[in-house]
Amino acid sequence: MLTISLTHYVVLSALLFSIGLFGVLTKRNAVAVLICIELMLNAVNINLVAFSKYITPLDFTGQIFSIFVITVAAAEVGVGLAIIIAIYRNRLNVDLDNFNWLKW
Amino acid sequence: MLVEFAMMHAWLVPLLPALAFLVIVFLTRPFEKLSAIIAVGSMALACVIASFAAYGIFTNHEFTEKPLVYAANWLSLGIPGVTDSLLVQVGVQLDPVSAMMMFMVSFISTFIFLYSVGYMKGDPGFSVFFSYLSLFGASMLLLVISSNLLQMFIAWELVGLCSYLLIGFYTHKISAREAAKKAFVTCRVADFGLLLGLLALQITFGTLNLVELGEKIHNFQEYTTIGMLTLIAVLVFIGPIGKSGQFPLHVWLPDAMEGPTPVSALIHAATMVVAGVYLVGRTMFLFHEVESAMQLVAVTGAFTALFAATIALTQREIKRILAYSTVSQLGYMMLALGVGSLTAGMFHMWTHAFFKALMFLAAGSVLYALHHKADVWEMGGLIKKMPITGWTFVIGGLAIAGIPPFAGFWSKDEILVATLAEGHYVLFAMAAFTAFLTAFYMWRMIFLVFFGDEKPENHPQESPWTMTVPLIVLAVGAIGAGWMGTPWNNVWAEWIYFGEPHHGPINYGAMLLSIVLAGSGIYLAYTMYLKDTKKKRARKLAEWFGPVHRMLYNKYYIDELYLWFNHALVDGTARLFYLFDLYVVDGFVNGIGTFTKSSGDGLRVFQTGRLQNYALIFFLGVLAVAVLVTFTGPSAASLVLGGVK
Amino acid sequence: MDFPILLTILLAPIVAALVLVFVPKEESLTIKSVAAVGTFVSLALSLYAYFTYDQSLGGLQFAMQIPWIQDLGVTFFLAADGISLPMLLLTNLIGFSAIFASWNINNRPREFFILLLLLIAGVMGTFIAHDLFIFLLFYEVVVIPIYIMVVIWGSSKRVTKEYAAMKLTIYLLIGSAFLLVGVIALFVKTSAMSGVPDMSFTGMAVVAQQLSGFDQIWLFGLMLLGFGSLISMWPFHSWSPDGYAGAPTAVSMIHAGVLKKIGGYGLVKIAVFMLPAGASFWAPYMAVLGVAGVAYAAMGALAQKDLKYVVGYSSVSHMGYVILAVACLNVIGLNGAVANMFAHGVMAALFFSMIGFIYEKTHTRWIPDMGGLARQTPRLAVGFMMAAMASLGLPGLISFVPEFTIFIGAFDVYGGLAVVGIAGIIITALYVLRAGANTLFGPPRPEYDHLKDIRGPEMVPLIVLGTVLVVGGFLPSLLFDMINSGVVPLHAAISDVLQLGGKL
Repeated sequence: MLTISLTHYVVLSALLFSIGLFGVLTKRNAVAVLICIELMLNAVNINLVAFSKYITPLDFTGQIFSIFVITVAAAEVGVGLAIIIAIYRNRLNVDLDNFNWLKW
Repeated sequence: MLVEFAMMHAWLVPLLPALAFLVIVFLTRPFEKLSAIIAVGSMALACVIASFAAYGIFTNHEFTEKPLVYAANWLSLGIPGVTDSLLVQVGVQLDPVSAMMMFMVSFISTFIFLYSVGYMKGDPGFSVFFSYLSLFGASMLLLVISSNLLQMFIAWELVGLCSYLLIGFYTHKISAREAAKKAFVTCRVADFGLLLGLLALQITFGTLNLVELGEKIHNFQEYTTIGMLTLIAVLVFIGPIGKSGQFPLHVWLPDAMEGPTPVSALIHAATMVVAGVYLVGRTMFLFHEVESAMQLVAVTGAFTALFAATIALTQREIKRILAYSTVSQLGYMMLALGVGSLTAGMFHMWTHAFFKALMFLAAGSVLYALHHKADVWEMGGLIKKMPITGWTFVIGGLAIAGIPPFAGFWSKDEILVATLAEGHYVLFAMAAFTAFLTAFYMWRMIFLVFFGDEKPENHPQESPWTMTVPLIVLAVGAIGAGWMGTPWNNVWAEWIYFGEPHHGPINYGAMLLSIVLAGSGIYLAYTMYLKDTKKKRARKLAEWFGPVHRMLYNKYYIDELYLWFNHALVDGTARLFYLFDLYVVDGFVNGIGTFTKSSGDGLRVFQTGRLQNYALIFFLGVLAVAVLVTFTGPSAASLVLGGVK
Repeated sequence: MDFPILLTILLAPIVAALVLVFVPKEESLTIKSVAAVGTFVSLALSLYAYFTYDQSLGGLQFAMQIPWIQDLGVTFFLAADGISLPMLLLTNLIGFSAIFASWNINNRPREFFILLLLLIAGVMGTFIAHDLFIFLLFYEVVVIPIYIMVVIWGSSKRVTKEYAAMKLTIYLLIGSAFLLVGVIALFVKTSAMSGVPDMSFTGMAVVAQQLSGFDQIWLFGLMLLGFGSLISMWPFHSWSPDGYAGAPTAVSMIHAGVLKKIGGYGLVKIAVFMLPAGASFWAPYMAVLGVAGVAYAAMGALAQKDLKYVVGYSSVSHMGYVILAVACLNVIGLNGAVANMFAHGVMAALFFSMIGFIYEKTHTRWIPDMGGLARQTPRLAVGFMMAAMASLGLPGLISFVPEFTIFIGAFDVYGGLAVVGIAGIIITALYVLRAGANTLFGPPRPEYDHLKDIRGPEMVPLIVLGTVLVVGGFLPSLLFDMINSGVVPLHAAISDVLQLGGKL
């Protein structure tokens, strides 16, 4: 019988992370990039919880960390969306290719 | 009592005019009369003190052997014996030579100051002129009484400064400005040599005090070699070459006549220019040890005497003729020192001061009367309207030509005898011929200026008493100053000598020769410039010897040579250095700047401004690290990445 | 504890600057007066310190120590000895004069004087700090106001003032970067050797003098680069003429007068004192560079037509003498080095202040455009000539005796090389007289007939600096006794190592 081992979780996490990374690097839309960042963060969360469950089952370090991550991610999305909205009001689009104002 | 006081307080002599300088500059500048009184008064007082001090020295024979010296520490560095150290003392050294000089300088200065009161009347810089004169007097007197060569050098440079200021006194004239600059720079070149000499003396002998140096140099083998000592002597002699207008650094002295005439009389005839002679006299102990340096001094002196006399033959400006005669006479003094006769050198300096100051002041009186028309060919018959000026000038002319019993005869004779006694026959011939030339060119000037026909366009008038009184006093000096050194009763030689006082037999032959030469010079001038009223012969002579005449008139083109050297060579090199600085040194500096900037330009291509590019690079970096850690293990990774212990 | 005199001297200009912040910017006269009072307090106190310093006792006096960063051995250590006191006095003389030389500044005077006061305080700090860290700190404080002052109040001639400011600042920062590397390496080496970190000069020197010859040599090399660029040692001098030409008068005065001297001061009191073996290795090279600087810059000055460039090159030339003197590594040479820095400071400051006034009045510094100013502005001419004469080393003015001592020291050690250096006095006479003559003498120009001579507050630089120039010339022992009391113990501390010499 196929038992679900740590490897499965890690593979899942890696896949999820890669999908997120791909999105971050390729998506034009800033909102989509934010969503993809969320995917990456969640991949990390899976990792944290899985390692916690299989390696140190008595501690809840991983779980606590993932709650931290979720909290930070929420805050980050809040700030990020606010910035995107501000930019949208200014520029009427959220295409990342246009966001090169910091260039020399 | 007074004598004692004066001898122990001889430092008052330079201090008084120095105070006068300060008072005039800071307090009495707006009050012309008061300034003049302060300047003349302080110098007169200095002269009184100097006379008493000189009297004290000359009545006490011990001072000829052992000078009266008192000094204070001026500068002391390091700890003697422990580290390298330097001790400089300043003080007063009184012996017959310096006492004589101190008296002479203050005496002549007093009368020239007095003369200036009349001469400078109405000049906008009247007070300033007297402040400069006072500063000069102070510096010159400081030079004279110095007990230390560095102190002497300081005063030496200060008189140079005063000379600079006074030559350039008419600041609005370009010629005065250039002459002043030339004087300073020429003397500076010479002082470079002197300074090197002083440094070498200090380093070799560890002192610059005259007395100590004298003792140490007498046993110089303990300190250095004869070769080094020769070098030192030559270096020291370069200073006097500049200051006393010896060939080839004589060029500044004739130009210095741009200054007001009292300045020419005081500084460029009677006092400052003899400082070089005085310095050689002061350091006779050095030259005495080095035969070749002595010869250099003698040859330079004799050559300069002859050389300047030939130039003086053709000059037209009254003060220029006098200036070249000064150069020539200074050459005589050097010659005397060079043949080892301090007595004769100092004696000629003493008599020369009187008659040359006299002639300059008289020339000034002429210029004053003719509103600064200087060409002797445009003058004539002035003696009728200006009898005092004229006759005193004639006395000066007789003195410088060497007609007995006037002062110049005795001192010049002494030099000729000394040269002959030392066996320098060539130098003797040069000196004797110069004596002939001197008589000729001097009397050429006198005949042209004071005798012959009056020129209708001139309206001369005798000068005021402040100008004529000094003339009369100096004329008395020009007659009598030499009587203390006649061969029959040579009081002078009893006091002023180096080594042993020398009592040679009276050389009637030389005496006769010098009278004949002087007489024939005057007679030749008389036939050419007075009897021949149209001056036909003189003109014809100038035509026959056209190139020679031109060369002499243009002073052997030495000024042009220096000018070329200065402008083409020195300025050209300077320009080259500047361009090098601008393009090579600075180019390197700017190159570094440009390199930094362009490398920045190149690197900024990587800054696209796109977030996703940065993220990709970031990711690839992390990936690389991960690969590194996986395949090589943590220790190798820490080597690359650092930071991990 | 005694009255903290050095701290008060240091703080007086800073307090004045703080007061200025609250003065309304239209109150131009109040601003200048506050600045003048601040610097006057410093000047008076530093004169007091100078004359109450006990020379027979020697060593560090008026010391004051506050531990600061103990892990690095840094203490806020202020103290003065016979070498730093003349430099402190010089800073204050020039600082005080600089305030008055800028009396006619009307463009944002408040900011100008605040920056000037900070600059003065910073320079003073370097001379009385006795801790390497504090020394560097003060030095960096100095650089910033200069940049701002040149850019805002400077003048553009051959080069723009922006270029001048950049060149000045970046050059000095690069120099100080080398210095910093040297200092850090020195600190690491000494603290590793002794186990107790100590940044104070004396504490560090005791250990540093024991370093191996090789270490000393490369450390000294770095410091020589740093201090050398600061003192405009040839060929690291090219910031100097451009910088002075671009800078406003007060900055030129302070920069040429004292800031440059930090380089010489550091060479003597830090580099030579701590690394004597390195010094004896580098000494011949320094001597060559020094003499090269003397001759080269003198020739450069001869080719200039802008007054400020003339003085700029001349100051490079004079600093060549200082480097030559340091390279002698004997008591006379070191005395001459410090004294010449003092003398040149006074002279250069006077020179720049006079040129500043000329520029202010005639709106030109181009020598061919001038002439005959002696008739129209006689007092200005007196000041100019005094500075010129001091520059060519006229005896009776302050710079002769230092030069003479340097020549003695150098002639003794380097012989022929020194002769080349001494020959520089001829060229100096040539360019100085030429500049003076063509500016001041000759026929007066009608367009300058309306010029007003300097008067009132404008006279202060002439009076203050001129007095020092003359007094120092006739009473050199006033200066030299003090310096000697600092140099002799310094030399005694290093003489053993010097005799061994440094070899690679």
